[in-house]
Amino acid sequence: MNWTIIADSLPLYAQGARLTVLLTVSALAIGFGLSLGLALLRNSPNPWIRLPIASYTLVFRGTPLLVQLFLIYFGLAQFGLLRQSILWPWLSSPLFCVLLTFVLNTTAYTTEIFAGGLRHLPPGEIEAARAYGMSPWTIARRILIPAMLSRSLTLYGNETIMMMHATSLASTVTLLEITGVARNITLTSYILFEPYVTAAAIYLCLTFILVGAFHMAERRWVDARG
Amino acid sequence: MLAAYAMTVLGAGLVTLQLAAGALALAVLFGLAGALCKLSSSVVLRTLAGIYTSVVRGIPDLVLMLLVFYSLPTLVNEVLTAAGISYYFELDPFIAGTVTLALIFGAYMTETFRGALVAIPKGQVEAARAYGLGPMRTFTGILLPQMARLALPGFTNNWLVLLKATALASLIGLQDVMLTAKGAAEATGQPFTFYLLAGGFYLALTLSSVLFLAWLGRRLDLGTRELSR
Repeated sequence: MNWTIIADSLPLYAQGARLTVLLTVSALAIGFGLSLGLALLRNSPNPWIRLPIASYTLVFRGTPLLVQLFLIYFGLAQFGLLRQSILWPWLSSPLFCVLLTFVLNTTAYTTEIFAGGLRHLPPGEIEAARAYGMSPWTIARRILIPAMLSRSLTLYGNETIMMMHATSLASTVTLLEITGVARNITLTSYILFEPYVTAAAIYLCLTFILVGAFHMAERRWVDARG
Repeated sequence: MLAAYAMTVLGAGLVTLQLAAGALALAVLFGLAGALCKLSSSVVLRTLAGIYTSVVRGIPDLVLMLLVFYSLPTLVNEVLTAAGISYYFELDPFIAGTVTLALIFGAYMTETFRGALVAIPKGQVEAARAYGLGPMRTFTGILLPQMARLALPGFTNNWLVLLKATALASLIGLQDVMLTAKGAAEATGQPFTFYLLAGGFYLALTLSSVLFLAWLGRRLDLGTRELSR
């Protein structure tokens, strides 16, 4: 066993953990905003609005994240037109591609979670809101979104953990988050056991923190409703 | 030439399917054992099962796969060397992939099966005991058939996630759809085409699984709707 190498690389792991948290938080934050709107539209009576969103979530939930990441990071280079466009500096950056993939992926899952939370809302609540003269915007803000969020808190908690774990795939396109750091240490120090065990321990801690936070949120916002 | 590469990629679908099926079979066994441990009266078994599910579900799939493929053999070899045994232990990517996915989805299946078992009314087990049925017959005759029906939605979900997670085995060198697509992408200079093909393969699998399991669910639910409502 060679734990001194690990002790010496703790600053690297700290940097890796920072990138992991940064990727998780930014993907989730952007995905959350997009999903709020998409979830409301996902239940729209108009098929021209509902079906494109349904197909988007179907495709992104039906394929592995790794395929999506490789399609965007390696795949887009196939198109010369794109390579010469002003978007290319962005699309050739691993950080941007990773974030784009994660946002597209988590938005698909979160949209379905939120839309599912809305489907069990008693129609009477919306009718009552309408009878009080609330505009569609006010209904969304006061009735639909709070109901949607409190009903889907548990599932959304799982999604945040899944997303945090999914950031480990960023290591496959050269990013040095926790898994990437561990992989680098195995390559430079020729030890295969300690780096991955350390990475696993860090993920475990992060997971427990997230689980604890969502338990607290549930007690605060879901159980309190009675 | 493109068509030949496409056929190779789809041909590797067999490896992906074998990996998924093998991991699923093992995961169901792990899940049944885990669920029974979680519901057992022994504190030791309950604690062990609790540690298993929370540790496995707290670590990313990719990291677990790297742990099983790289770290585990290293550990075993160090122990072997220390014990003075000259044997070099190595894991094949297929075995490592199967074991890792089975470990991960065994933990998810544990939760699914536990939830389903808890949903079966206690009186049924008591009635079975009153009729003189042993624990084994109570499980296979009373609990298992109902558990299968109740666990189906969770099972479906786990299977879909498992199917997609098989792609990770390409990262430890298993020649599955994903790694073959990578090879074809590099050989032809058309990465988008081949990763799209791989994506289509997974999508076709997940969609047909959803349809099949929905049909199965309707069959298993036959005759139960009216009773339970």
